Amino acid sequence: MHLHYPAALAALLAGIGLYGVLARRNAVLVLIGVELVLNAANLLLVTVGSQPGSPLATGPVLTLFVITVAAAEVCIALAIVLVMFRRFGHVDLTAVPDLGDDHGDDDDRDDHDDARDGAGAVTPAAPASPTAATGARP
Amino acid sequence: MTTRDIVFVVVGAITAGSALLAVSTRHLVHAALWLLVCLGSLAGCYVVLGQELVGLVQLLVYVGAIVVLVLFALMLTRAPIGANRDISTPVWQRVVAVLLGGATTSLLAAALVPALADVRVDADRPTTGTPEIAAAVFGSWVWPFELLSVLLLVALVGSFAVSRLVLRPGGDRP
Repeated sequence: MHLHYPAALAALLAGIGLYGVLARRNAVLVLIGVELVLNAANLLLVTVGSQPGSPLATGPVLTLFVITVAAAEVCIALAIVLVMFRRFGHVDLTAVPDLGDDHGDDDDRDDHDDARDGAGAVTPAAPASPTAATGARP
Repeated sequence: MTTRDIVFVVVGAITAGSALLAVSTRHLVHAALWLLVCLGSLAGCYVVLGQELVGLVQLLVYVGAIVVLVLFALMLTRAPIGANRDISTPVWQRVVAVLLGGATTSLLAAALVPALADVRVDADRPTTGTPEIAAAVFGSWVWPFELLSVLLLVALVGSFAVSRLVLRPGGDRP
């Protein structure tokens, strides 16, 4: 088969993924754009590696490696997203960052964090909340 | 055009269309589900290209694990059900994003398509089948392979440590 169809699809996926990274505010949706760019790279590796004479099965093997690295990356990224949600109450990447240390940042939180902090102030049960959130992750 | 070309064009059109919907829909959960369709049909593209093992690993890891992780993240961050305008940037920023994405696509296509225009492969008898991939992974690539397993372990421990991290206004108080 001709190899310029997969090459064109890889270029298209990379462009769509870049659009997804730039046009989204939600952190998880930005991550979806990054996944599309990674998949464009994978498709290009498989395409080029399926030519005759490519040594050491480089295309498919590197694709398997990239898939593994993508799994590790998604794992870390979602942990960071969860920490951001617990801290700020949203996952909006274009929001004005709240870099205050210990004051003036109670306004932009939602009821979830307020309720949890209220419970933590009354009883010493605050560490139970991150533990429960950790246990809920796969 | 051979039969594989026609099948690839059909499956690739499904992939590109679902990728477009994944980055442009206003429903948060629909974006993750369109990503699932996109990655699944991309596994079909790998099978059409003659790499069954890569297609199956793509199904197993991407569709089976990564999309589920993304769905979990959407649920744990309380993704609203229904159309939501707040998940996309303003219009001018999206116009710039369309321009940059289109520029990337045209640049990559202008570089790649002429480079691979004359190449024809016989995907019915691929030069690197599963036995060759296995021999390469456990032969030449065995040390990167082991390093990747260590990387996965580090990522597991690291994500556990990061998700235990509690950033709160009072600093480090428990």
